[in-house]
Amino acid sequence: MSHIVIVGAGECGARAAFALREKRFEGGITLIGAEPHLPYERPPLSKDGLAGAEPPKYIAGPERYEEARITVLTGVPVEAIDRRQRAVRLADGRAIHYGRLLLATGARPRALPGAPENSGRIRMLRTHADALAIRRALAPGRKLVIIGGGFIGLELAATARKLGAEVVLIEGLPRVLSRGVPEEIADVVAERHRQEGVEIVCGVRIAAVEADDDGARVLFADGTGRLADLIVVGIGAIPNTGLAEAAGILVENGIAVDERLRTSDPDIYAAGDCCSFPLSLYQGRRVRLEAWRNAQDQGTLAAANLMGANEPVASVPWFWSDQYELTLQIAGLADGAVTTVRRDLTDGAFILFHLDGEGRLIAASGIGPGNAVARDIRLAEMLIAAGSRPDPAALSSPESKLKKLLAA
Amino acid sequence: MSSNWVEVCAADDIDEEDVIRFDHDGRTFAVYRSPDDEYFATDGLCTHEHIHLADGLVMDDIIECPKHNGRFNYKTGQAKGAPVCVNLRTYPVKVEAGSVFIAIS
Ligand SMILES: Cc1cc2nc3c(=O)[nH]c(=O)nc-3n(C[C@H](O)[C@H](O)[C@H](O)COP(=O)(O)OP(=O)(O)OC[C@H]3O[C@@H](n4cnc5c(N)ncnc54)[C@H](O)[C@@H]3O)c2cc1C
Ligand code: FES
Repeated sequence: MSHIVIVGAGECGARAAFALREKRFEGGITLIGAEPHLPYERPPLSKDGLAGAEPPKYIAGPERYEEARITVLTGVPVEAIDRRQRAVRLADGRAIHYGRLLLATGARPRALPGAPENSGRIRMLRTHADALAIRRALAPGRKLVIIGGGFIGLELAATARKLGAEVVLIEGLPRVLSRGVPEEIADVVAERHRQEGVEIVCGVRIAAVEADDDGARVLFADGTGRLADLIVVGIGAIPNTGLAEAAGILVENGIAVDERLRTSDPDIYAAGDCCSFPLSLYQGRRVRLEAWRNAQDQGTLAAANLMGANEPVASVPWFWSDQYELTLQIAGLADGAVTTVRRDLTDGAFILFHLDGEGRLIAASGIGPGNAVARDIRLAEMLIAAGSRPDPAALSSPESKLKKLLAA
Repeated sequence: MSSNWVEVCAADDIDEEDVIRFDHDGRTFAVYRSPDDEYFATDGLCTHEHIHLADGLVMDDIIECPKHNGRFNYKTGQAKGAPVCVNLRTYPVKVEAGSVFIAIS
């Protein structure tokens, strides 16, 4: 196979490119990205990277691409895929031929319906450029309103407090983190934010968002509202499927791939935030993840399969978030859980184990200071992967080591 | 190269296939006991972000970072792939009279 082209130079695309070489692929590799930078890590953009206005945290320096003979084209979006000619067409008019193609186009933030999109006072957070623009508007005493109580909004709230800004976080649903996070854990998060002086407003309907030179406003349906110097909208992400769709590739809440990350065109694969895939561990349920490790794992897997390995997705979904001194980690998918077992660790840290009707462990969610929950969540992940039905009494007792359950 | 042996802990203080953190003279180390009952030592912080590896999980000869699951072979210090790409420094270890010592240079 002569040439592999990867569209999207993010976490997943970069990982796939290096994995191809690690697996001794000898053909050409071209990695094409719309952003002006070499691939960088996004998680710091709402955390310390934002606080420190740091330069992008690059996944690898330019010399490593050179050594691995990966051609990286930055700042140039791919505009179309020509499946007949087996080529991608770039915004600058170039066409690049592929033997096989990987789509790793990621996702983009969902805009708030009705809100002015290109106002300097209303922003979203996905790229390094977004983070810099937000950072410039944050200073002690500045008023930040965050719309959306998901991970990015909450992490941004914590970082903005660290920078001394006044923060209001608005969530339309009755509580923050209602997607995929148990209430017991979301409560700990919300309480921690309140202690830091973040005003959390849940269960309100937004009637309008406005901005002009003097400031910005969020108006609620009940007639009240909040003033802001800056509004950041964090209400979820939309997979970048436009290229695939225009080329007639099947899209189903993301570029639809099979267990081997292959799209409806056998020479085109998709991986990372942009794709939806069946998880055999969860009865083949089709999911789309927005998670950093998934982007890496699928990048690696796509590389193997582009070279003909034919291996299925096997990893358990895993996610972490940092807010203040707290780290939250979740392994697996908790919906469908029938029983929940709590394990209390030191320093207020705890883990919830979620079991299905047959007693099988399907997810574990934990929160605590620093890395207090990391080891047990990792072991839980292995128990989930093994399909094990651990004794609930052992799960709840911190003295009983999870590693023993794994060996059992 | 001059190095001096520093006592870490009693050999039994580390479980088999486990790791502890050891701070000495402003530096931090991770000291391991392998499943086949040998002892090893590396720098204490992950080379991706500065996270204490001793909170991570030991599996065979691998230490996995608790933060983003970066993996190292703790016997050689070798980084085993993304997101870690810089190896860990390793240190000689000996067990004498029931205690673990590492040689810090
Ligand atoms: C602020 C923030 C914080 C996060 N924090 C965490 C966290 O704490 N934990 C966690 O697990 N996950 C976190 N994530 C999620 C994680 O960063 C993503 O899951 C990961 O980046 C997905 O990688 P990807 O390569 O699939 O997509 P992306 O990283 O989005 O990369 C896709 C790239 O493709 C480019 N592209 C798209 N279309 C085209 C085209 N037509 N032509 C050329 N290039 C194109 C895009 O410009 C982009 O650079 C966070 C994300 C954000 C935004
Ligand atoms: S800090 Fe160790 S893998 Fe990221």
